[in-house]
Amino acid sequence: MSKFKKKKGGEIPAVNTASLPDIVFMLLFFFMVVTVLRDTDLLVKNELPKADQVEKLKKDRAVFIYAGKPSSRYQDKFGTEGRVQIGDKYTDISNIGLALEEARRKLRPELQDKVYVALKVDGETNTGLVSDIKQVLRERNLLKIMYITTPGNELVSN
Amino acid sequence: MGRRATPEVNAGSMADIAFLLLIFFLVTTTIEKDKGIARQLPPIEPPTEEPPLIKQKNLFIVNVNKDDQLLVEDELMQLKDLKQAAIEFLDNGGAPAGSPEYCSYCKGKRSPSSSDNPDKAVISVQNDRLTSYKMYIAVQNELVAAYNHLRDRESERLYGWKFTDVSRAINEGTFQGNEEAAKEKLEVIQKLFPLKLSEAEPKTKAQ
Repeated sequence: MSKFKKKKGGEIPAVNTASLPDIVFMLLFFFMVVTVLRDTDLLVKNELPKADQVEKLKKDRAVFIYAGKPSSRYQDKFGTEGRVQIGDKYTDISNIGLALEEARRKLRPELQDKVYVALKVDGETNTGLVSDIKQVLRERNLLKIMYITTPGNELVSN
Repeated sequence: MGRRATPEVNAGSMADIAFLLLIFFLVTTTIEKDKGIARQLPPIEPPTEEPPLIKQKNLFIVNVNKDDQLLVEDELMQLKDLKQAAIEFLDNGGAPAGSPEYCSYCKGKRSPSSSDNPDKAVISVQNDRLTSYKMYIAVQNELVAAYNHLRDRESERLYGWKFTDVSRAINEGTFQGNEEAAKEKLEVIQKLFPLKLSEAEPKTKAQ
């Protein structure tokens, strides 16, 4: 009678998967933390133009304006003319100021004076619409703007 | 001694549950990093004030028409040539040596018919209301590229690093070393080549 049993046969032991949940949980927490659920539904087509000489937008002090053609499912109702979207709904040029003011009040108080207006405008839009928006921004004294773009270069792709 | 040991909770399905959640978050995640071209709009001036006079030779007019064609200083131009043309204009340094406006660091042609110095030089982008936004951004991008090229050149000459690299590192918080000193140096470079891009309001048909 030996104290140490001999191993039964030469089988390969199964891989221990006890730590698998831990690994998966770690990944899970990572993605939970970095996830930003989209809070605005896009009502307009939004293919941003390309640029490479860009700076980063500081998100905590930005209000967004979307502009472009209405998305295909809204085109029956709103036509194909370029439109402006702030928050969740279409906005008239004349109402941009008020809508922006509302969006700005949701920011942290100490950042409200440093607000950046981020323009997410579809590449196919006419510049006239953008000029109208800029004119309203000037009247509202919201002078810091940023044209949001996607990485790339118009020259290389053409 | 009739105590039964509490049975262990089976944790075998924990991994499955976690996987399910993981996949959900993987799918919904959009790691968005918005980047773009920042601009400062001019404040609205009181109508009584006369706009400052800019000499014709210090003005570089880029005109984009409704068919997205470029007219630069009254000449038709392709987008790919715009950066070089803008660099030549900004870097010209046409003011004669000895005058207070003389540009000592310019390496351009010093043609008297082009800009006096980078501080005086103004690039004016005029666009039609029907210009596509894509083209508008492409033009802005090329002009910013021209400025960045010149700023990189000067910062390499003075400090041995690239303006764009350092300003990006500072923005992203990855800059190693004395950030305050670097910021001051960035400002010096910015003063050498100040970004002077005028965006005229598109001309209305009535004018």
